[in-house]
Amino acid sequence: MKPARFEYRRPDDLASALELLAAGDDGCKLIAGGQSLGPMLNLRLARPRTLVDVSRLNALRRIEQTEDAIRIGAAVTHAEIEDGGAPEPIAGMLSTVARGIAYRAVRNRGTIGGSIAHADPAADWICLLVAAGARVHVRRSGGSRVIPMRAFMLGPYTTVLDACEIVTTVEIPKRSAGARWGYFKVCRKVGEFADAIGAAVVDSERRYCQVVLGASGGEPKLLPRTAFELARTAALPSQDVIDGEVGAFVPGAVGRRMFGAAVRRAIAQVVES
Amino acid sequence: MTAVGTSTGIGARVERKEDARHLLGEARFVGDLFVPGLWEVAFVRSPLAHARIRGIRKPREFEDRVFIARDMTGVRPIRANSSLPTYKASDFPALADRKVLFAGQCVAICIAKTRADAEDIAEAVELDLEELPAVVDSLAAKEPGSTLVHEDWGDNLFLTTFHDGDVASIAARAEVVVEREYRTARQCMMPMEGKGVLAYWDARSEQLVVHTSTQVPHLIRTGLCEALGLDQADVRVVAPDVGGGFGYKCVLQPEEISVSWLARKVGRPLRWTEDRREHLVAGANTRQHHYKVKAYSDGSGRLLALDAEITVDVGAYSVWPFTACLEAAQAGGNLPGPYDFGVYRCRTWSVATNKPPFTPYRGVARPGVCFAIELTMDAIARAVGREPADVRRENLVPAAAMPYTNVAKKYYDSGDYPASVANAAELIGLRRIRARQQTLEPDGRLIGIGFSTFTEQTAHGTAVFAAWGLPLVPGYEQAMVKITPSGTVEIRSGNHSFGQGLETTIAQIASEILSVPIDLIRVRMGDTGETPYSTGAYASRGMVMAGGAVSKAAEVLAGRLCRHAAHLLQCRPHEVTLREGKAAGVRGEVSIREIANAWYLRPDQLACDVDTLGLEVTEGYKPDIDSGVFTYATHAAVVAVDLETGAVEILDYVIFEDCGRRVNPMILEGQAYGGAAQGIGTALFEESLYDATTGQPLTSTLLDYVLPGPTELPDFRVSSAETLSPYTRHGIKGVGEGAAIAPAGAVVNAINDALRPLGAEIAEVPATPHRILAAILAAGEGARSGAG
Repeated sequence: MKPARFEYRRPDDLASALELLAAGDDGCKLIAGGQSLGPMLNLRLARPRTLVDVSRLNALRRIEQTEDAIRIGAAVTHAEIEDGGAPEPIAGMLSTVARGIAYRAVRNRGTIGGSIAHADPAADWICLLVAAGARVHVRRSGGSRVIPMRAFMLGPYTTVLDACEIVTTVEIPKRSAGARWGYFKVCRKVGEFADAIGAAVVDSERRYCQVVLGASGGEPKLLPRTAFELARTAALPSQDVIDGEVGAFVPGAVGRRMFGAAVRRAIAQVVES
Repeated sequence: MTAVGTSTGIGARVERKEDARHLLGEARFVGDLFVPGLWEVAFVRSPLAHARIRGIRKPREFEDRVFIARDMTGVRPIRANSSLPTYKASDFPALADRKVLFAGQCVAICIAKTRADAEDIAEAVELDLEELPAVVDSLAAKEPGSTLVHEDWGDNLFLTTFHDGDVASIAARAEVVVEREYRTARQCMMPMEGKGVLAYWDARSEQLVVHTSTQVPHLIRTGLCEALGLDQADVRVVAPDVGGGFGYKCVLQPEEISVSWLARKVGRPLRWTEDRREHLVAGANTRQHHYKVKAYSDGSGRLLALDAEITVDVGAYSVWPFTACLEAAQAGGNLPGPYDFGVYRCRTWSVATNKPPFTPYRGVARPGVCFAIELTMDAIARAVGREPADVRRENLVPAAAMPYTNVAKKYYDSGDYPASVANAAELIGLRRIRARQQTLEPDGRLIGIGFSTFTEQTAHGTAVFAAWGLPLVPGYEQAMVKITPSGTVEIRSGNHSFGQGLETTIAQIASEILSVPIDLIRVRMGDTGETPYSTGAYASRGMVMAGGAVSKAAEVLAGRLCRHAAHLLQCRPHEVTLREGKAAGVRGEVSIREIANAWYLRPDQLACDVDTLGLEVTEGYKPDIDSGVFTYATHAAVVAVDLETGAVEILDYVIFEDCGRRVNPMILEGQAYGGAAQGIGTALFEESLYDATTGQPLTSTLLDYVLPGPTELPDFRVSSAETLSPYTRHGIKGVGEGAAIAPAGAVVNAINDALRPLGAEIAEVPATPHRILAAILAAGEGARSGAG
């Protein structure tokens, strides 16, 4: 399990990184924490000609607040967020979810930008950020764009990113003081990828309510009827509503029970907190 | 002569001698060794489960770096014969020649300066394979007309056995019949250190030197010499620090043969280091059983007869030396477990499939057997409406019946089996749990309690292994104990210490007999060039056998020390007492250091007619019986089952064990924790999965093969009794495998106890969330359709 040969580049600034990507004819692959790419390289499932290491670019390491959002640089690690390095859009949301990602050793290196760009269906940030209504800032040589998280991931390990683009920042809207969040994942064991994820964010003051089902094999699924019922009643929607909506995405009675539980428990945290 | 035991002798909680080097990262495993000129090996492995090899193309620029079966002229395949009737032997080539019989089988060996370069070469080797239908399911494979793994056999059966009993007469009058089908998953053993081999030709000693991560260095030398056609004096096998064995490292592996052969052929030191993916694919070689069990009892749950069919998914080849039949023979022989009943009928099938060759894993067959009989025992208790702990206790062999020969002719030497259940029930608070079950848990989960009792045959010797028809039968064990010129003690044993603490515990035996503090005792193991022949560490024999041999050798040595001391102290030998590194006579004392000095350097101080046998003693040892001595234990688990997610949390776990004299209680507790952790892996997590049609392994990374971690394991609470075996030195019994045997039974019985109100039952491990939810849903369906 040794990777095939590759070239390793560590550009000094974002512009140089973007130039490398622009000149790379798809043979370039970005690496930050390497917690998913590393094993894929070792298994020779990923065989880039050049690895461009962006983990130390200052432009990707900033954490900022604007009037209405928190902006987290793509190369900020899970551990930095776990340790309270980022302001919270809703009390405890980011640090708690960060703490549940894999193991501390993984969190020490893995980054928020790397995680969403990799787009593992069972990844935590992908699901939470969709529920939180986050947006992704993306740069390319000579251009940039902002993509809503709910439109970012297309399927397993597939996003709207072009090979020459870099995720620079994740922008999470601030919420009002009364906002609530809930997150529940079903795992075989601590640190394992989830078998089912439920995420919910409710800010009634700003008329925002989103419920998300994750780890179903593709991009996170919005559950609008469940969210509507939750917003309308401020209570746990009926089993029929949740299971009906979950059932559209999850085959099999066992899966539906498990995913239904994840969604219900995430919502229960919102309702009970 | 007498010796006064020291504070580091038998029964002391001595810290392990080997821990300092492990904790400081100073241990030396195969991967840590460096030999000048060393190159690394990568294997080309079969991507298919079953195929005919039409051709293998070496990359032109690396013709001299790639070697295939055709190049290995004169090398014999691994072949383990057995004298058991109906047994079919297989030829397992170090590199596949005409066919590949499992995904992961070695096809070519590639060498380069680094492993990455060797993997580049391996990747460039082209295999032309004609895919054949794969034999994946052992139940289908034993039926006539199945695709054949070995075409010339006519069927897929390595071995069938039959133990007859008059079940019909019991069936006619039994009040209760319980019928169940059980499955245990295929698993990997997953030692922390994978397999590794480093081999080179040593011109000075004119020997092939093979450093290999093994439990059985002397056996590997024997096996390598058979395969390579060498004299045993031509080969030296060294097992350096070994990071866990569990059985995975107790057989001759094809990689050991090809690396050794090639190192000699190319005249260059070579090393192969197994990576985790190789282990998960080519090492998925154990535990897979299927049971059909029919148990007959009276109205109170007293077991009267057991009728069983056991199918073992052996994989493609037989391992050497333990053969393809050990597992099923052990399963058939051990299913009756610790229970006292009269009629037993059992048929076993050892079935060839296109999977890696079955290798004995910690507990050997008994984790499956224990799972089957313990779930059956609980099913009987449920059928008669009684407390499973009580039914279990009443069925166990009572202490008064010891020694006891069971229905399968196992000779249980000593112990109080029912007391182990009573003690475990008391420790875990059975009555408290039963009361708690009367009220709903605040979090909506259901809780349950489960028990699992077993006996563990340990240190079984000549007669038992000979009856299994093995090509190689263990008998006695030898050890050498000597006093160095500095007066310190050196032990040499051909057994090995790879995590189970033998390096410390055999030193404790010598410490006890010689009354020398353990700090002054050095242990050398694992090197065939330095140690007396031993068949090695397996079958929980190390402490009984190597410990017994050290005990005997130390006793002889103590006598010689006392004779020299008597001369120096001018008294009679029987008046001398060894105490804390000194020999005390009637008047005065002399240190062992002074005795050693006199013997080695100042013979003028000793008698003219001094006994010249010296301060270096090799002795052999064999217990008074070689049918084995039986350790036993009861495990008890309390679990909470989440009915919506299928998650199981182990809330409490108790182990009550009796392994005779406890040489180092701390190490025994460690063995219990480690074994139980592996058993919980079997119970809840570990499973090597295959595509049902192609036989492709589906669990080739640790993302897919789930191991328990510290957060999944309970705080084990271990308690013990100490019934000495009447047949071994110091009353010791083996215990290394035991704790891995019971957890699947205890945990799944607890799950079933929790699910009982729903009418759901699990009969397969691992008890994954999916299986638990499926059982709950099926029970719900059943209830609905029943009501409708």
